[in-house]
Amino acid sequence: MAEDKKKMAIAVMSGDMDKLFGAFIIATSAAASNMDVTMFFTFWGLRAIKKNERTGKSLMGKMMGIMEGGDINKADPSKYSMGGMGRWMFKKMMGAKKVATLPELRQMALDLGVKFYGCQMSMDVMEIPREKLIDEVEDCVGGGFFVEKALEAEVQFFI
Amino acid sequence: MAEEYKVDLELDLKGLLCPLPMVRVSQNIKNVPVGGIIKAIATDVGALADIPSWARSTGNEVLATDREDKEITFFIKRVK
Repeated sequence: MAEDKKKMAIAVMSGDMDKLFGAFIIATSAAASNMDVTMFFTFWGLRAIKKNERTGKSLMGKMMGIMEGGDINKADPSKYSMGGMGRWMFKKMMGAKKVATLPELRQMALDLGVKFYGCQMSMDVMEIPREKLIDEVEDCVGGGFFVEKALEAEVQFFI
Repeated sequence: MAEEYKVDLELDLKGLLCPLPMVRVSQNIKNVPVGGIIKAIATDVGALADIPSWARSTGNEVLATDREDKEITFFIKRVK
């Protein structure tokens, strides 16, 4: 049964609220449609799988940890960011319509068997160690791993 | 009209938006036997396209779709 499942591979580079919605909605829809889904979070996308904890070791790493602080709840929309106003506005509008929140969608993805991977190289650059990522992350890997998953998959996305 | 189906499970999906209606159907299809039928009531107009697509992707079958005012009722058969 498991072998004949179709596969999807998603590289998530963006940490924008709207793009993360897109990524998690596609991932959960695919998993619900009986696909094996791999999500590879790289660079800004790491926000989606970060814990809400301070990161950074060096001075610049710490600065980045402050500027890019917070977890998935702190994701700003790619438009109308306005120093957090846009995030607040979208949360209000989405809440009024009862759209699932990003943390809810992420949990749903996990419940449906979607596998999360962190990009080791971006984690090194941004000084985000494994323990600062949520426990559910399978592993921290690199480009070769993602390319292998993408090759095996019928559908690939880069978001 | 479609009430002649013998329903094994009823799902209330009212108020849920994409992708939740199809996700809930997919999570619950395992709770009916093969050949069993889920009756699902949704209010998300997007589900009109999503649930039949889900059925085609997963090899299940939407037997009937009823639309009355804001409520959309699906009769979904577990094929495998």
